[in-house]
Amino acid sequence: MKNFTFEIDSDGIALITFDSPGKSMNVISADVMADFDTLTAKISSDDSVKGAVITSGKDAFCAGADLSELGGSAAELAKLPEDEMKAKLFEQCFRLNRTFRALETCGKPVAAAINGLALGGGFEIALACHYRVMPSDNSKAKLGLPEAMVGVLPGGGGTQRLPRLVGLMNAAPILLQGKQIDANTALAQGIVHAVVPMAELVAKAKELVKENKLESKQPWDADKFRFPGGGPYHPAGAQMFGAASPMLRKTTYGNYPAQRYILSCVYEGSQVSMDEAIKIESRYFTKLMLRPESRNMIRSIFLSKQALDKGGRRPASQSKGEIKKVGVIGAGFMGAGIATVSVQAGIEIVLIDATQEGAEKGKQHAMDHFAGGVKRGKLSQEKADKLAGMITPTTDYNLLKDVDLVVEAVFENSELKHKITKMAEDVIPEGAVFGSNTSSIPITSLATASKRPDQYIGIHFFSPVEKMNLVEIIMGEKTGDYALSRAIDFVTKIKKTPIVVADTRGFYANRCVMRFIGEGMNMLAEGIKPALIENATRMAGMPVGPLSLQDEVALDLGVKLIKQTKADLGADYKPSPTEPILFKMVEEYERFGRKNAKGFYDYPAEKGQPKRLWPELEQFAPGGKYAEEQPSADEIKDRILYTQALEAARCMEEGIVQDPREADVGSILGWGFAPYTGGALSFIDTVGAAAFVKRADELAKAYGDQFAVPALLREMAKKGETFYGRFGKESAAA
Amino acid sequence: MTEAYIYDAVRTPRGKKKNGALNAITALQLATQQLQAIRDRNGLDTALVDDVIMGCVSPVGEQGADIARSAVINAGYAESTAGFQVNRFCASGLEAVNLAAAKVMCGEADFAIGSGVESMSRVPMGSDGGAMGVDPEMSFDHYIVPQGISADLIATKHGFSRDDVDAYAMESQRRSAQAWKEGRFKKSIVPVKDQLGLTILDHDEHMRPGTDMQALGSLKSAFKDMSDFVGFEAVALQRYPDIEYLNWVHTGGNSSGIVDGSSAVLIGSKEAGLKAGLKPRARIRSMASIGSEPTIMLTGPVAVTAKALKKAGMSSKDIDLWELNEAFAAVVLRLMQAYEIPHDIMNVNGGSIAMGHPLGATGAMILGTLLDEMERTDKETGLATLCVGGGMGTATIIERV
Repeated sequence: MKNFTFEIDSDGIALITFDSPGKSMNVISADVMADFDTLTAKISSDDSVKGAVITSGKDAFCAGADLSELGGSAAELAKLPEDEMKAKLFEQCFRLNRTFRALETCGKPVAAAINGLALGGGFEIALACHYRVMPSDNSKAKLGLPEAMVGVLPGGGGTQRLPRLVGLMNAAPILLQGKQIDANTALAQGIVHAVVPMAELVAKAKELVKENKLESKQPWDADKFRFPGGGPYHPAGAQMFGAASPMLRKTTYGNYPAQRYILSCVYEGSQVSMDEAIKIESRYFTKLMLRPESRNMIRSIFLSKQALDKGGRRPASQSKGEIKKVGVIGAGFMGAGIATVSVQAGIEIVLIDATQEGAEKGKQHAMDHFAGGVKRGKLSQEKADKLAGMITPTTDYNLLKDVDLVVEAVFENSELKHKITKMAEDVIPEGAVFGSNTSSIPITSLATASKRPDQYIGIHFFSPVEKMNLVEIIMGEKTGDYALSRAIDFVTKIKKTPIVVADTRGFYANRCVMRFIGEGMNMLAEGIKPALIENATRMAGMPVGPLSLQDEVALDLGVKLIKQTKADLGADYKPSPTEPILFKMVEEYERFGRKNAKGFYDYPAEKGQPKRLWPELEQFAPGGKYAEEQPSADEIKDRILYTQALEAARCMEEGIVQDPREADVGSILGWGFAPYTGGALSFIDTVGAAAFVKRADELAKAYGDQFAVPALLREMAKKGETFYGRFGKESAAA
Repeated sequence: MTEAYIYDAVRTPRGKKKNGALNAITALQLATQQLQAIRDRNGLDTALVDDVIMGCVSPVGEQGADIARSAVINAGYAESTAGFQVNRFCASGLEAVNLAAAKVMCGEADFAIGSGVESMSRVPMGSDGGAMGVDPEMSFDHYIVPQGISADLIATKHGFSRDDVDAYAMESQRRSAQAWKEGRFKKSIVPVKDQLGLTILDHDEHMRPGTDMQALGSLKSAFKDMSDFVGFEAVALQRYPDIEYLNWVHTGGNSSGIVDGSSAVLIGSKEAGLKAGLKPRARIRSMASIGSEPTIMLTGPVAVTAKALKKAGMSSKDIDLWELNEAFAAVVLRLMQAYEIPHDIMNVNGGSIAMGHPLGATGAMILGTLLDEMERTDKETGLATLCVGGGMGTATIIERV
């Protein structure tokens, strides 16, 4: 029993301390489960033990199951006949439920002294105890079941015990949306029995064990148990259960089986005994394991993102460094956003603009953002003032003399950027790295103005910076490993996820996004109803439709970009067939997008009213008439997902991105590529290269070159390869 | 195969839900009195009646435990008369008639009664629970939305405006009022008696004669708020993604009323009629039920009409008179649109928007209304149909003999 200590006090109450050796966090792994069984047997059979208190020897109580262990035996089981494989997998999935059920029916009272964060399986341990206590003076002590956020469901009884404690209405945000709750909320909802100062936590837990009001029996094992708020066929309960499905479908479009199965676990489980209920939960858990969504989401949204957040792409030659002070040049929307998130991470900011007024305006943006946090109770006024104080708005480049890094976010103008680079480099320390937030100008060309081109790098944020968590780090021809390492230091410190991208037009994310918007416009030009385009796109798992997105980024910007590209490429420029739509919208109708409340949508002046598609879009259909036969939503979903995935594959082929983890995480965080797929490349891997190529060829034949299959993919299809198999540094995870 | 004939049809007046006259009368009594009327009006030896089939949509509480058999016993029918309750949601009453006819046609029964009962004021709609709207395996996976959302979906998809549905509703009120004024329902109406045997209701009390477009236009959408809260519109649009948003045209004023009522139709073979000394009024020409797309749910009448017409070897132009339950105005407008049915042969005496829709009883009621009107105006053929929850339709074609 290496993960737990066991001490019996003079009252016969065992204090069990969860403290896995050599780890900073307690996680539930196979050997922890085995230890748990030993503990339960001991509590149950040792007459000198009257009851037990479980606590943790770490700061956190327990962070849940070891996700990297999930489905570990899948490859081995896959060889078995289907029914046998399912039965075996069920047994594995049921293991945790069996363990926790044994604990709560051991015949003696058990309390959880939840000293810190208790997530997933950690919270489920506590739920399987008869009594729960939380500290009043540790704001990090929170309860949550975040499984659904990475495509899994709580498999240790969480879908059964939590709703039986608080009812469906209170359980739903925790189960379905990953909401974490603090000690006071937990007490108010009846999830914990007491909240006391940390110093009294164990003593209080022991007191509850001694009192043993529940007589060592969980409420749901008592004859008089009633489901709080009413079960599915209680008049009040029926209302809530009836509302749960449409509410969930509205937000998930049926793409997230974890949430969908959680709902069935609660619905079906609430009608039977706990012994049957946990079997139902484990059956759904098993079903989930047999689907690709969980695997893909765990890999990209959890494991890969975590690896990148830890600076996984730092060159081996470099070590992690500290970033304390950063200069941001250009205090517009992007620069101000970068300043905002930087001071939130404890980085001092020198915010430079051409005029003092401009610089002050940038600081005001940050202050407004913090004020919003204060208003929502997320931030104290004191903290907000302190953060604002960390931004120095100025026009004086001399203040850059002691910065660790500079990010310029001025207008997309090469000359201006060249000038700024020189002005900054005259002042900044030798070790400081110069980053450009350009979204369209090659870093290599910008770096020509630098006297230290090896320390010149692209640090490409997405808008709005406060919300968008991806940062593309662009390597120019001469950019060195040191600059890359420092950029990673900065990006990871401000809690964004860095991906490393080669220096080409549009880099990675914007290239794929252009395909996405472009396909939406193609469909409009073909006579497909815009409502169908937009709805089917959201059904495919994208956060917004292509026409909505074009409205957000502004149509006139699109026109400007086309003109710029045309000028840059000259004779090589190939006009897109949908260009006339954009030009007509902008130049004839002055529909610029959300910014002037007129784009593909009309935006009502009245607040709270929904935007509506502009009724005159039909003019862009062939002959000014939408096609008589409209395609199925599935056809549109394929077009939308395939065009983006193909562009991502081309980026891999061209070496723009090199690691499938970066391509996948980048696609989800950068432009919201259907997260349930695990990202643009996981999507291809899941469909299978051969099947994907076959479908892409069909689409190319029907709709055009945007679906042309790159040679790399054809080769992969022929060899039966996957991206993670071929390029994955962590191919085991595939 | 034996032919099935209609010998008689009766119904209660419909009592409104709120402070309605029938609220103090049990569902058992409503049904009992209709069965007694069938017996007494026809001097029928009930030993000749093999079975009573009774539609009921919320068969729980006092409507539970096979209300049909309870009503048969309570009505004093012969001990040998059996009874069973059926639920095809809103078409239960018509399905009961169709089953009675089927029993006669196949020779199982000589006489059978198709009937229905629903006391919506005493056993509220939805009292019987059910997986359809609650179990995620149904409601989530199959895009189930409440009927009102489906009705607004029909209006949106098939282009019926608020004015269209309100105009239809106003006409329903006008026709119902006129029909009552001229005594067109006299043949079928059996007033409901109270515990003392005194008449407690002799007319449909849900009607609002004189309703105008302005009054109708002032009513609020009946379904938007619920949808905004729960997200039903989003669910409907995921099934019909070519629609941008729903037009919320249905209100309490252009949807069917919630009422209490019961009905019964006596069906028998020609021989059975001769033996009992009864004259058949109409022949069952064909009957059909069908499943249709469950999210839009209420378009079943279009599909089931085609099916019933085909079975009868008829075309829609061969139908002289139509009765389609006015669950929602758009349901009727859609059937008229699909078959180009002139309004002056559709629901000529109004319908459920004015008079109410006692779920399990309505199907047998409208068949009786249809037959009475065919006789009054000397028409040969008629078709009665209803839209049905879960995406279904039931229809019956009759012709006079």
